[in-house]
Amino acid sequence: MEKLSGAEMVIRALQDEGVEYLFGYPGGAVLHIYDAIFQQDKVQHVLVRHEQAATHAADGYARATGKPGVVLVTSGPGATNAVTGIATAYMDSIPMIVISGQVRSDWIGDDAFQETDMVGICRPIVKHSFMVRETQDIPEIMRKAFYIATTGRPGPVLVDIPKDKTSPQVKLPYEYPKKIKMRSYTPVARGHSGQIRKAVEELMKARRPVIYAGGGVVSGNASDLLIKLAHKLGFPVTNTLMGLGSFPASDKQFVGMLGMHGTYEANMVMHNADLIMAIGARFDDRATNDTSKYCPSATIIHIDVDPATISKNVRADVPIVGPVQQVLEDMIGMLEEHGGQPDQKALARWWEEIEGWRKVHGLRYEVNEGGLMKPQQVVQALHRITKGDAYVTSDVGQHQMFAAQFYGFDKPRRWINSGGLGTMGFGLPAAMGVQFAFPDATVACVTGEGSIQMNIQELSTCLQYGLPIKIININNQALGMVRQWQDMQYGGRHSSSYMESLPDFVKLAESYGHVGIKVDRFEELEGAMEKAFSLKDRLVFMDIYVDPNEHVYPMQIADGAMRDMWLSKTERT
Amino acid sequence: MRRIISILMENEPGALSRVVGLFSQRGYNIETLTVAPTEDNTLSRLTLTTFGDDRTIERITKHLNKLIEVVKLVDLTEGSHIERELMLIKVKATGAQRAEVKRTVDIFRGQIVDVTSSVYTVQLAGASDKLDAFINAIGETQVLEVVRSGVSGISRGEKVLSL
Repeated sequence: MEKLSGAEMVIRALQDEGVEYLFGYPGGAVLHIYDAIFQQDKVQHVLVRHEQAATHAADGYARATGKPGVVLVTSGPGATNAVTGIATAYMDSIPMIVISGQVRSDWIGDDAFQETDMVGICRPIVKHSFMVRETQDIPEIMRKAFYIATTGRPGPVLVDIPKDKTSPQVKLPYEYPKKIKMRSYTPVARGHSGQIRKAVEELMKARRPVIYAGGGVVSGNASDLLIKLAHKLGFPVTNTLMGLGSFPASDKQFVGMLGMHGTYEANMVMHNADLIMAIGARFDDRATNDTSKYCPSATIIHIDVDPATISKNVRADVPIVGPVQQVLEDMIGMLEEHGGQPDQKALARWWEEIEGWRKVHGLRYEVNEGGLMKPQQVVQALHRITKGDAYVTSDVGQHQMFAAQFYGFDKPRRWINSGGLGTMGFGLPAAMGVQFAFPDATVACVTGEGSIQMNIQELSTCLQYGLPIKIININNQALGMVRQWQDMQYGGRHSSSYMESLPDFVKLAESYGHVGIKVDRFEELEGAMEKAFSLKDRLVFMDIYVDPNEHVYPMQIADGAMRDMWLSKTERT
Repeated sequence: MRRIISILMENEPGALSRVVGLFSQRGYNIETLTVAPTEDNTLSRLTLTTFGDDRTIERITKHLNKLIEVVKLVDLTEGSHIERELMLIKVKATGAQRAEVKRTVDIFRGQIVDVTSSVYTVQLAGASDKLDAFINAIGETQVLEVVRSGVSGISRGEKVLSL
């Protein structure tokens, strides 16, 4: 059998898993591993400028492809810098393997240079973690890490490796395990057919139904089945922030995103429904408002691969634990077998009501004729110029909500944002991961002047690897979402929510070797954007000045029901 | 309501900290905790007591089951079960009290396992409320030191928690 050092085993394991890219940053504790990387060419290492960006890039790669993202960082600060990215992936159930260096095993506990208890720090934000105790365990641990990260409800797995376990001096036989079986980990393979049958009966009885589809449909690759099922039933479909794209925004059965900044019609449909079928969604507080007032007349079917999600925030009447894809397949089969239809008259009345709600708000906003541009106009222009077919990453704040509301995603894995943790600084590195995965695709990072500065250093990485990302910096010269809350709840006292001393982003982009374009008039917007997207092999930083006083509406009223919303600065339901 | 959750888990470093961490991370309390390897030393048996309504306990057990190193678990309080806790307790035993303490120990079927001229060290096993009752009977002013093992439990009858 072939003999390898621990460092070579790590890299060989990545090769055996078919890993294309490894996002990382070198340092003392991982130098043996970096030497092993240098001596092969199957796994390409991507050198970022900050470890947080390595995790977000791997995350973006994973979200766009469905394959696990892989990260390599050194011990101590290298590892702790990765923590935010690991937590981001954990909250959104993204498959990720994070390999962190550790000090020599005989120094652990001595407060050695760059020592940190990474396994301890990460415990609440990983699906699982391993500390390598013996070099010979590396192949099995790596196999388990990939298995755990990618099966069941996906998530990040940490592998912490003390430096001496990767030493080139110790060579041991290497064999990568073909199959892995763990007595303590067996993800649910099938949803219970009796439960699915019960759900079908409920679907048949429904008079005011809605399908509420989340990120689980995207990560479970069940978008086609969702569309098929929804079309078969003729039910309205709403998406969570994480689920956008799992059902085409352009489909007439789509009522928009639900929740805090969801559409009026989506939230009204939810509130008035007599049946909610939640698919791969977790009844997050941003999607439910006050759960004690939640959808009072609804029977709830909840499909999720994670049993702990079911009845966690809202009690499910028909819980179905299983992979979304298989459950939907079986459900469609049973519906066909059943041959019946829900009450078509009731459904027609329901749609009439929904069409009425659609007219109430319809994501309207006021345009400043001849004045400052509105952020919504920027997102709509982006949709037109990219024909709705770009990969759009975002940061966190108002621009994120405007992108979610106005881009109109028709395909899954196109909308890439930090939904659960809400991590500013996610957008640019995530876009790098997407661009690596799909070098020829159009990748736009919708961001703001606050978020972009949280990982601006990655402009340097983009230059090194020639990533032609288009940065759409919606510049309102303020931390927009913070400011909106301060306007609404703190008497307009803008405590630390505006950005003084902004850099000249055009010059900044240019100094990193990219193209910068400043836009401050709406009339120039589309032309400038067309030019930006025509530069196929260049990163373009579009610094677009917008109205700083714009708010995101609708906005649910705190501690209210789904139907309680602000529709503009002055109107509420 | 008080619950006894019994967990069979991999006997690996870090497994215990994951269980304990889960409780603090999700805002639940652990009342007592005991853990030791089983007859198969790749497995540990962990027993903990906690308080919560059905919904809370359901959430706790689901989250525990998600931990990769947890193999199986049972809420013993769901069925009939045997609960035991061991207590070592030092009590003042001087003058007339020596006989009184001895009598109380006998009533509770405890054993005096160490003796000095002024102190009895008593060993007592039983359900937690029996141990509480013993401390009450002796009188808190007489108690010098209490060490309790935390609750261990097992189902009655043929039900077993094993692989």
